Amino acid sequence: MLYTIVKQNSYQDSVNLMLLTNKIATMEGVNKTQIMMGTPANKDIFKTAGLFTEELEAAASNDMCIVVDTDQEEKIQEVLDEVDNYLSNQAIAGSKEAFETVNTWDKAMRALPSANLAIISTPGQYAAEEAEKALDRDMHVMIFSDNVTIEDERRIKEKAHEKGLLVMGPDAGTAVVSGVPLAFANVIKTGKIGVIGASGTGIQEVTTEIDRLGSGVSHAIGTGGRDLADKIGAITMLDGIKALAQHSKTEVITLISKPPAKEVRDEVVQLLQSISKPVVAIFLGEEPHNHEGNVYYANTLEETAAIAVDLAKGNPIKPNYNKLHAEVPAVDLKPEQKTIKGLYSGGTLGYEAATLISRGLNLGETDHDEAGYLLNTNGFQVIDLGDDIYTQGKPHPMIDPDTRIQFFQKAAQDESTAVILFDVVLGYGSHDDMADALIPGIEKIQQETKANGRNIYFVATVCGTDQDPQDLDEQKAKLEKAGVILRDSNNQAALTALAMLDIQIEEVTKELVPAKETAKVEITVSEAIEQLLTEKPSVVNVGLKKFTEAITANGGRVVQYDWQPSAGGNPRLREVLRVLR
Amino acid sequence: MYGQFKTIDEANQAVIDKVVSGAPFLIDVVPAKSVIEELNGKVLLHAGPPIKWENMTSPMQGSCIGATLFEGWASNPDEARAMLENGEIEFIPCHHVNAVGPMGGITSGSMPVLVAENRDGGNRAYCTMNEGIGAVLRFGAYSDDVINRLNWFRDVLGPTLSKALQVKGDGLNVNVMMARAITMGDEFHQRNIAGSLIFLKEIVPFILQTDVNEKDKQDVIQFLADTDQYFLNIAMASTKAVMDSARQIQHGTVVTAMCRNGYEFGIRIAGMGDQWFTAPVNTPQGLFFTGYDQDMACADMGDSAITETFGVGGMAMIAAPGVTRFVGAGGMDDAVNTSNDMIEICIDHNPNFSIPTWDFQGACLGIDARKVVDKGIEPVINTGIAHKEAGVGQIGAGTVRAPLACFEKAIEAYAVKLGLVEAK
Repeated sequence: MLYTIVKQNSYQDSVNLMLLTNKIATMEGVNKTQIMMGTPANKDIFKTAGLFTEELEAAASNDMCIVVDTDQEEKIQEVLDEVDNYLSNQAIAGSKEAFETVNTWDKAMRALPSANLAIISTPGQYAAEEAEKALDRDMHVMIFSDNVTIEDERRIKEKAHEKGLLVMGPDAGTAVVSGVPLAFANVIKTGKIGVIGASGTGIQEVTTEIDRLGSGVSHAIGTGGRDLADKIGAITMLDGIKALAQHSKTEVITLISKPPAKEVRDEVVQLLQSISKPVVAIFLGEEPHNHEGNVYYANTLEETAAIAVDLAKGNPIKPNYNKLHAEVPAVDLKPEQKTIKGLYSGGTLGYEAATLISRGLNLGETDHDEAGYLLNTNGFQVIDLGDDIYTQGKPHPMIDPDTRIQFFQKAAQDESTAVILFDVVLGYGSHDDMADALIPGIEKIQQETKANGRNIYFVATVCGTDQDPQDLDEQKAKLEKAGVILRDSNNQAALTALAMLDIQIEEVTKELVPAKETAKVEITVSEAIEQLLTEKPSVVNVGLKKFTEAITANGGRVVQYDWQPSAGGNPRLREVLRVLR
Repeated sequence: MYGQFKTIDEANQAVIDKVVSGAPFLIDVVPAKSVIEELNGKVLLHAGPPIKWENMTSPMQGSCIGATLFEGWASNPDEARAMLENGEIEFIPCHHVNAVGPMGGITSGSMPVLVAENRDGGNRAYCTMNEGIGAVLRFGAYSDDVINRLNWFRDVLGPTLSKALQVKGDGLNVNVMMARAITMGDEFHQRNIAGSLIFLKEIVPFILQTDVNEKDKQDVIQFLADTDQYFLNIAMASTKAVMDSARQIQHGTVVTAMCRNGYEFGIRIAGMGDQWFTAPVNTPQGLFFTGYDQDMACADMGDSAITETFGVGGMAMIAAPGVTRFVGAGGMDDAVNTSNDMIEICIDHNPNFSIPTWDFQGACLGIDARKVVDKGIEPVINTGIAHKEAGVGQIGAGTVRAPLACFEKAIEAYAVKLGLVEAK
């Protein structure tokens, strides 16, 4: 039945009334409704809709006409209340976020004129172009993207260096600037230790260890994995070390690197020895035997953090920090169960595990040519599941458990496997509850192997801090409840796994020897870099939106640039645009 | 390479300078065939790029039937349809004869058209008059009411306005009317009520001075008073006159026309002259009258996107707070965002049309096809939505995007023409 209400001299804009009509139409018991001003044209629309009533005939252009088709007369009052409510509450509550979202560089700069750092997480082939646009706007750059050519990397870094700007990356997964975690980073207490490294789980392991040992970090600068290659010549590393050397709140400098090219290494060491502050350095995979002058060399990430913390606290430096200090669990293994499978989501953590296992097995120098494998000898394997070959079209194992569970299963099927060694990396960007995501897979394997009369042991380390968005203690508790043997550091986890197979590592003790006399390098730092290290950064986040969360939650300012490739990434059109410039 | 210009940017600047210096005046209302030579045969003009009968939407076909009946070429709809199907009536795009037409854009020789004269370029452009809403020819209706209204346009409304404009003498300055209306909340596509009121205020004194009989004067003034969108067609003719003058500079990448025929969306850019670059049209999204929904919406039609080409309409969304909620029922923020997006694909702001709600920035000026492709931001067009069946008429209003592919094709063709890339 049709009910008509004519509100005389009650003008409303037609758009309002269409929106109101849509709203009333969704009310329960309303079969159909139309609300319009009583103009002749609108009356025709009522007719077409089959909602014309005699009462409408008399309605004038300035009368609001409400026609409701309902079987329940009592609905009418409800409709009228809703109409009044709607008309008196028309202010639209815009959705407000803590940051603006833009789609061009120009808008980004208008939205955040103070921006001094860009995080680039576009597909690799566009990252160099966007990084240059950021440099052109006098911003420092963190390139999260990988697949940037080394030629592009050199060009960008040279340009940045000339402008007094810093380029972190490419493939910089993590950094902390003035207490603000960038990309996949942990929340670390602020303190006196400045960290510089390739920018992966090496930095995460060292910074979380520093945090756990009660110290804090001033900055963690990520250089990207190729910065120390001779084609780049450590441009970012050198500028970064100088910046930390000048930064008054940084009292200890910590350097994490894979072994660099000889000439590059010499240049870096010369710089380190020119600094008045103590330095801890780890060249992963090397076995240093001495500390030299102000430079302390560490064998493991754990030792790196421990020396840095002792230096920061003014404690004497011990000859060795690498010993296994955890208890070795009793094991019940079949004779053929002799190997460890390291299945890592963090590349540097995996690399360290592979190094330690190699040392334990006295393998000497090993080649890691095989894609994805950090070690693959005599059934001992360490795999970096974050390697490109495992992440093509799949999420990174820090975000998604599936790849890792598959490799757990594969490892369990290998009868030689005694221990599965792995990492759980917390912090911004990582899975909200990786323990929970992995445990069903772990328990299934334990049940199946047990049914076959075997035991497989899971040994792991959780890389994270109490302040991380995930609950560190809860993650640990869940894993331990599932029977995973947990250790505080990756070193301890690897040594535990080895000890369970009765393999020990002979640790060297290091002495402090004077450094060879070399010419001192002059240390100058640009104003822009100095500013980056003294203030919370203002960030243009180009690409992955989730990186904004860590910044806003830790006092940084950010504008989100929802980046899209020029011409949708179409190469022909990009060429057309280039020639039509 | 770019004629007298050193760079594409210089050529583009020259084109937009012509847009800014454009000076359209509404000078007359005359039978279409008196100013468009081609309409003296069995010819109908239509909206958009060239199209065949069989590709026309049902509403556009309905409009053709209506126009055929109106011209007296057929005595009933079936006969009219047969003539159209048999190819007895030739179709020409409005744009090819200095004209633009709303929705179906169907224009026949006896229909009165508004005459806009661009006193900067010395050229003229034409557009039929707005019929109001409901059952109207432009949405494909061809009932007796529709034909009777067209007869009245031909016999009374057109001649009366023509006489009034002759009394005025030197025409009505459209830029002045638009500059005032944009500060009163019009964007000249979805919302024209301020412009229509200003036009009414300007023209009524002259209507009263004509020798037209009292009843007709009364009817004409009443019709203008009732027709909120009357000014849209004045704006269309005027912006067409300005863009046609600007596109005499045949260099650069400024978009000089955008239009749709329900089948294809077509654009022109300055550097490619008369050539159309087309892609399948989108279907508008928006709000619907009761009983209608998105599934019943007809594909995008009409030359009215000449307003967006000029820089108003959807490009000036923020000017018209009253209709912003068509943009996804959002508020002012959405409207600001839309206009801020649109300026990203334009070269400059038009100082002639300052928009108070946009911090008095001028309307968008000069859509650069390169920027559209580079940024992937498609121009937004505010539009009425027709029912996909002829004769039902308007069922809602909303927005639609100009397809990116048109702009991609245009700049690629231009680069090929300049010999900068190989043709594919």
